[in-house]
Amino acid sequence: MSSDQSTNPTFNQEKIRALIARGKLKDTLFAALGIICLGIGLVVIFALVADMAIKGFDRLNLDFFTNFASRRATQAGILSAWVGSLLVMLVTALTAVPLGVAAGLYLEEYAKRNWITEIIEINITNLAAVPSIVYGLLALGIFVYTFGFGQSILSAGLTLALLILPIVIVATREAIRAIPAMIREGSMAVGATRWQTCRYHIVPYAMPGILTGVIIGLARAIGETAPIITIGALTFIAFLPPVPFTEIGEGARAGLFDWVMSPFTVMPIQIFNWTSRPDPAFEVNAAAAGFVLMAMVLTMNAVAIWLRYKLRKNIKW
Amino acid sequence: MNAYAMSASPVPDTHVVSDRLSKNAMRHASERVIEALLFAAAAVSVLTTVGIVYVLVSESIQFFASVSIVDFLTDTQWTPLFDDAHFGIMVLVSGTVVSSAVALAVAIPMGTVIAIYLSEFANPKVRELAKPILELLGGIPTIVFGYFALLIVTPLLQKIFPELPGFSLLSAGLVMGIMIVPYVASLSEDAMRAVPMSLREGSYAMGSTRLHTALHVVVPAAFSGLAASYILGISRAVGETMILAVAAGMQPNLTWNPMEPAATITSYIVQVALGDLPHGSIGYQTIFAAGLTLLLITLIFNILGQWLRRKFRENY
Repeated sequence: MSSDQSTNPTFNQEKIRALIARGKLKDTLFAALGIICLGIGLVVIFALVADMAIKGFDRLNLDFFTNFASRRATQAGILSAWVGSLLVMLVTALTAVPLGVAAGLYLEEYAKRNWITEIIEINITNLAAVPSIVYGLLALGIFVYTFGFGQSILSAGLTLALLILPIVIVATREAIRAIPAMIREGSMAVGATRWQTCRYHIVPYAMPGILTGVIIGLARAIGETAPIITIGALTFIAFLPPVPFTEIGEGARAGLFDWVMSPFTVMPIQIFNWTSRPDPAFEVNAAAAGFVLMAMVLTMNAVAIWLRYKLRKNIKW
Repeated sequence: MNAYAMSASPVPDTHVVSDRLSKNAMRHASERVIEALLFAAAAVSVLTTVGIVYVLVSESIQFFASVSIVDFLTDTQWTPLFDDAHFGIMVLVSGTVVSSAVALAVAIPMGTVIAIYLSEFANPKVRELAKPILELLGGIPTIVFGYFALLIVTPLLQKIFPELPGFSLLSAGLVMGIMIVPYVASLSEDAMRAVPMSLREGSYAMGSTRLHTALHVVVPAAFSGLAASYILGISRAVGETMILAVAAGMQPNLTWNPMEPAATITSYIVQVALGDLPHGSIGYQTIFAAGLTLLLITLIFNILGQWLRRKFRENY
């Protein structure tokens, strides 16, 4: 090599320059490939939203939100679907948030390092990888038939709560882990018990992180279709769940919690129903409803991303 | 809390203070109750697993009382609701395998390229922008992807392949791949970013280009994490339901050709749930047997993923 270099330096320099140029070209090409791949993702999101907005534009008016599903495409609306989605989310949030936060608190602040804790941890990791339709089968066997909740808002809400529980637990644990030990030490040094430390320090400080996880979990739950279809939710519902304390005929009044046992439909099921009909008129409805659902999910995700961004910028222990 | 108020008078003797605290039994009792409640909440996740296994196994046992396991695994027809009932799960498995293969053929290369780009090439600004985009893509409801596959991607593909039917594993699989890209990309990127800078610096010092460093130093070093992200992608693909139920048709079809419509394990469960099968009938039990098959497949991949992680983990 060295004799080669001394006899013909220019040739070698050119060779090396060419090699470097080729390497740089490959770098640039790969970077371009990376941007193209990212661009495909962006194009898909954009195409989805644009297609649904354009196709469904005519149907996106107030009537669409206040009409029940109908056999005539132009008169069909999503009233029962969005009310159902909202109520199911309410049950899901009320179940998953306390359970998830409590479980996260236990694992981070209370649990001793032993085999029970290890089983719980491995279990949560594995649950996150279980297909959502399997949760539907669990709910069909346990909630619908064993507990006798039927095909109700309660069954659906509990199913989705179990589905997003791992998300809430993991978010809670990560938020708690970011709180430095000195906070706990300071609290306990002035005589607070473990629970008082959790109640007045750990949970409030972890709140933004927990909230981010909860919103992402709920955004996932509101778009879930498979588990809810599996518990056998009806697709054609032209009534709303009973409002508490209103008359439901024959002088009877609805109880405060009657709505949880009511049959229901949700946005994704309504979209599925409309998408799978051969009549193209319903395609327009599916597009409009899909646009509404996308708007809900993207807003929730955007709020979560913004919250996390803000959180990362502000807190410095 | 009141214990503090009462002990406010100056008590120099430390022994007395600790005595007072220890007498406040309620304080400790309520702590115990709270700890027990929190433990119960953590145990719900274990109960969920137990519940899943119990439901799937108990219904499947009843199913296998009337259908032999050999028939279940080897029969080439899946007609559980016909008079001439056949229960060959392979028919559904073929649909699942073909659609997952198409999805992974999209998701693994795309996800890996994005991950390498974000971790080795992109400047921080691009990364800050790209990560939320990927997250939004991963957050789109699968039913919306189903709509996309059936009403946008299938017509587009039909322009290229005029003989493509209205329902096909191909278009469902392609869209499923796009859906899985964010999972693969973000996990792979995490794995590559965990590779210590010194390895890259060593490679650059030897005169390597960025691409050479990425492919020959960072990727091998992060291999266990990459493998885990691929495995997660496979689990997602196998368990995906709505895209297939909407865009791949729900006709059981033993095929290895992605251009055909076919039912998968998941879309069969949806199809049965949409109908009105009486609780306890053989048709009702089939969805639990199908669900058990699905769970076992994802479980095998999870175990494989954990094994790969352990086997190829590099310690720095």
